Amino acid sequence: MIEMFFAYFALVSIAAGVLTVSLRHPVHCALSLLVLLLHVSGLFILLNAEFLWAVQVIVYVGAILVLYLFVLMLLNLKSDERYFHPSALYILGPAVVGGGYVLYLLLRSPFSGAKGDTPAAAVLQDGNTYAVGIKMFSDHLLQFEIVGIFLLGAIIGAIVLAKTPKPLDRERERL
Amino acid sequence: MIPLSAYTAVSAVLFMTGLLGVLVRRNFIIVLMSVEIMMNAANINLVAFSHYLESMAGQLVALFIIAIAAGEAAVGLAIIIVVFRGKISTNVDEMNLLKW
Repeated sequence: MIEMFFAYFALVSIAAGVLTVSLRHPVHCALSLLVLLLHVSGLFILLNAEFLWAVQVIVYVGAILVLYLFVLMLLNLKSDERYFHPSALYILGPAVVGGGYVLYLLLRSPFSGAKGDTPAAAVLQDGNTYAVGIKMFSDHLLQFEIVGIFLLGAIIGAIVLAKTPKPLDRERERL
Repeated sequence: MIPLSAYTAVSAVLFMTGLLGVLVRRNFIIVLMSVEIMMNAANINLVAFSHYLESMAGQLVALFIIAIAAGEAAVGLAIIIVVFRGKISTNVDEMNLLKW
């Protein structure tokens, strides 16, 4: 059963990713990105990461993708006729070969590393959100604060960049 | 039981798709969307390793990546709006203001 869900989420997310980079109209690309993000959140559920699932749906789908769609509607872009870069065909061949080699290496490697300190049973006892919260506010507090400062800087930067430039006040400039 | 390599394979394919999108597409907004695809591929990888190697750190890094993606989207789209206001185009080939 889980294998079926995994196959569904994996195949649909890959297909949506391919559609995102290959569709012609930008709004269609954004909508297939929506499909991709939702199916990736389904993969998070399969990996027992419920909190990350919620964050993915709320932040990625609810905030970032809406921001993209908002800008697309604001700019009212037409779909380009020649929308691929001219050297696309030169990139595609090596990319497919390299990607196939990487996949071959990944599928034959056992990934048997050292285990960490939170086994699945301990996570299931108190819930994933509890485990993430305990870990975040004990070991990773500094990163958390840094991300907060980063988001503040990003907000200020976005406001400053997107503000309508004020016409110069010549009277005051002379003083 | 799904092997860990299946998740890494999905993530590799998604990352490759996003990389191709960054290299191949000419619309700046689609390029940013491809960057989001790459970040999602990295997130799948981190969460899969976090689950299979029984450590919580991967999920935390994935959370931070989501936060950084939000900031990147906000600033990137603001830059797009500024460029679009001046040149009426979001084509990356025509954005050469900083080219020397």
